[in-house]
Amino acid sequence: MKVLDRLRFRSATLFRRSRMNAEMEEELRSHIQHRADDLERSGLARGEAEQSARAEFGGQLRVKQECQEAAGGTLIESVWMDLRFAARMLRKSPGFTAVAVVTLAVAIGANAVVFGVLNALILRPLNVPQAQSLWGIERGNDKAVNQSYPDYVDLRDRNRSFEDLAAYNVAAVGLNTGNNPSSAWIMEVTGNYFDALGVQPYLGRYFHGADEHGPNSAPYIVLTYAFWHTHFQDDRGVVGRVVQLNKHPFTILGVAPQEFRGTLVFVFPDFWVPLVNQEQVEGVNVLDARGNRGILMVLGHLKPGVTPSQAATDLNSVGSYLEKAYPKDDGQLTFALARPGLAGDWLGGPLRAFLTGLTVLAGLILLAACANLGSLFAARAADRSREVAVRLALGSSPMRVLRQLFTEAVLISLMGGAAGLWGSVQLLRGLSVWEPLPTAPIHMPVTPDANVYLVALLLSLASAFLFGAVPVRQVLHTDPYQVIKSGSTGTVRRQITARDLLLVMQIAICAVLVTSSLVAVRGLLRSLHSSFGFEPQNAMLVETATSMAGYSGDGVPAMQKRMIDALQAIPGVKSVGMVDRLPLYYGANSTHVFTDRTSDLRPANATAEVVVYNISPEYLEAAQTTLLAGRTLTWHDDKNAPRVAIINREFASKIFGSATNAMNSYYKIKDGSRIQVVGIVEDGKYGSLAEDPQPAMFLPVLQSPSSETCLVVRSNGDPQQLGAAIKTTMRDLDAGLPFTIRTWRQELESALFPSRMATLSLGVLGALGAMLSITGIFGMAAYSVSKRKRELGIRMALGAQRKEVLQTALGRAVKLLAIGSVAGLLLGILASRVLASIVYQATPRDPLVLGGVVLAMMLLGLLATWIPAQRALSVNPLILLREE
Amino acid sequence: MTDQASLLPGTLDLLILRAVSLGPLHGYGVLLRIGQISGNALLIEQGALYPGLFRLVRQGLLKTSWGTSENNRRAKFYELTAAGRKRLRQETDNWNRLVTAIGAALGAQAEEV
Repeated sequence: MKVLDRLRFRSATLFRRSRMNAEMEEELRSHIQHRADDLERSGLARGEAEQSARAEFGGQLRVKQECQEAAGGTLIESVWMDLRFAARMLRKSPGFTAVAVVTLAVAIGANAVVFGVLNALILRPLNVPQAQSLWGIERGNDKAVNQSYPDYVDLRDRNRSFEDLAAYNVAAVGLNTGNNPSSAWIMEVTGNYFDALGVQPYLGRYFHGADEHGPNSAPYIVLTYAFWHTHFQDDRGVVGRVVQLNKHPFTILGVAPQEFRGTLVFVFPDFWVPLVNQEQVEGVNVLDARGNRGILMVLGHLKPGVTPSQAATDLNSVGSYLEKAYPKDDGQLTFALARPGLAGDWLGGPLRAFLTGLTVLAGLILLAACANLGSLFAARAADRSREVAVRLALGSSPMRVLRQLFTEAVLISLMGGAAGLWGSVQLLRGLSVWEPLPTAPIHMPVTPDANVYLVALLLSLASAFLFGAVPVRQVLHTDPYQVIKSGSTGTVRRQITARDLLLVMQIAICAVLVTSSLVAVRGLLRSLHSSFGFEPQNAMLVETATSMAGYSGDGVPAMQKRMIDALQAIPGVKSVGMVDRLPLYYGANSTHVFTDRTSDLRPANATAEVVVYNISPEYLEAAQTTLLAGRTLTWHDDKNAPRVAIINREFASKIFGSATNAMNSYYKIKDGSRIQVVGIVEDGKYGSLAEDPQPAMFLPVLQSPSSETCLVVRSNGDPQQLGAAIKTTMRDLDAGLPFTIRTWRQELESALFPSRMATLSLGVLGALGAMLSITGIFGMAAYSVSKRKRELGIRMALGAQRKEVLQTALGRAVKLLAIGSVAGLLLGILASRVLASIVYQATPRDPLVLGGVVLAMMLLGLLATWIPAQRALSVNPLILLREE
Repeated sequence: MTDQASLLPGTLDLLILRAVSLGPLHGYGVLLRIGQISGNALLIEQGALYPGLFRLVRQGLLKTSWGTSENNRRAKFYELTAAGRKRLRQETDNWNRLVTAIGAALGAQAEEV
């Protein structure tokens, strides 16, 4: 009841504000009249009496304010007054307001975007019930998450820490729902997948562990909501329908809810298929191959009360059992738990490092913006020193003046924050629907949520207090009499001020950003012109998987040979070769190799891990990979011939010591086969552009078959013109085989994607930093010119030359710019080491980069001081001296 | 100026209550009354009086009404409420106790300690 009363009283005071104000005024007027009556009685004239009564009373405004505060409910009121006053002040200087709001919008927007991405990809857990207890299993020794299926089964059945363990794989399949073969991305999952995760179906039902009865026993499909929506038009009758998957009949069981999009944050599958049907899906079956770690990831919910480290200990005991039981396939096995959304450290590691870097940079931008606005605010407070002094002289308390200034700061930062947030939300929404790589189901689900809004708000308030605090000391030390007597404080301080330090810091930050973006750009350019070990120019790629049209066994290489021959016959085609997986295409397949003398083929005894490609004989010619020694492969290197391989130079020198030793020598692979080296080719890039030379081997496709088929079609001229002919040829061969056609150049985009993104983000941040520095230097220089106009006028009147005038006006700004740039350049050189992991050969010790940074900073300085310099030079001593 | 004692913090409220307890007064009247009852020994800044009055009204110790002053001018009059009267008694007792104690402390001779 009391609370209600008080509330009513408070709101009533608010409503009665104007009446109360009028009453208060009347009361004070009455007071002064009474005093004047007394004074009149003591002999003063009426007018004189009233005047001195008013003088005696002092500042009425302050009394009124204090009365309002004493009457209660006034905090809201005085804040409201402050806000209105602040809004009026900001309207009065639109230029200042615009600069401040834009600066903050950009800085807060940048932070909101970076945080939005960080939040969505790293902080936000997968969309499953009890996501906090969901963990993936990572192999401890090499930080990879992939496992073999038999090992998964042992882990699932022998651990005591998880409720259940599920596993999944990502694969591409051919889907035909009527008469429309097309390829789709799927997740092959264990039967218990949905039950282990605890997700409920949106429509129909899921498949379960009990549905699995050995290979190809569970031809079922569960659709994602999105795929159901786009390909089945939300048809609820889809449950029970039979569709052709790789030409095998599969039954659609149900649809998953919209918010569940699989267990990888940025790969959205089209549907789920039981892993036991791997042979129908991928054309091969590795469910019994303990040495083949072809399962992408194993994951599950921990039992209540089990900590991740207890679970790891438990898994390690399973690991040591596996090690003893299967020494040939399972070397030392240790396990650790990792968050499943980013496949543990495999993708999570680099992404986390990159985003941390971005967060730091964005934070620096915001700091620079605050430094900038702090000095603008200080300059403004100094310009307003007369107003502040008058208010202090009239009895306003310094706290009141400061609160007013802070209100202005908060108002500006909220406006800037709102604008920045708006921009970043647009950008994040755009990113969310963006599919960066045309060939893969990669998404960036970075739709902003409440966290992003909250962070933007907090950042706005924090920055308001950061830059609002800069002029505090100045206000507290204002001596009203001095200011009013002598006009604005015209003393030129020679000592280093906090404002100078802020500016230097900001320029340094900007120089860091400029340095790192230039380093990144140079690295990118260099990686574009480095040797890939193949020639992407004038080559078309036809990608397909023979398994998508149901080919198996000997039919696979036969079909591949037919495709090669048919494409070869197209006029204008120079050569056609086939490889199972393109170099630089989402990582390379690799395997252990052993010396010829090794008889115990366990992973620990391997001499090297080698990238492996299964190729047709013509591939090296079609890809224009240079053969350094020996012969190429032929179609006679088949199952009946001795096993042979072509290796790269790195392989030769790493395993055999030299190319001459390597030629015609033997080595062994996992299954025990002896392989003879018949040729040596140049090194290339296989996994990423930034990698060091890797050993690689090329095996004849007839001796190690693969369903995955990528045909390299080399032409004489523009390969794009061949597109139509290639399409008809492929359709004529098998109308049920889905395929995609691209140029090799386009394909490389995906390999360049990480370094492109890094360069782009750094470039944007660099540009932001430069913009902030320009406004910072500009603000400082303009301020110093306007403060010292009189001095400059006198100097000019006394005969100072333009150079001297400029030196006086801008010397300080230029000096600060130089100090900041040097400091930033040094810091940037240190920071570039971080970049080296993403961008090819990122090094700042590059004359072009160093020169570029110096040039950029000089340009920036010129730009920022141009207008103040013009203003200083246009000072007309005559007019100026007369004015004062 | 110099013979006028400056107010101890917190005593303004007590003085206002006391002044008003002798009969309803408008703001300027309160000032005059304090001067009168203190033998012009206590000077209250004119501006400082009003926040004090508003505070006491808000605490429910004073009530206000508009009326006509002895100068035939419209003025806002303050008078004690029951709570105000009670508070004045308490505060006066407190004050007397304090004065006695401090007086005793200041008057104490060395041998008495």
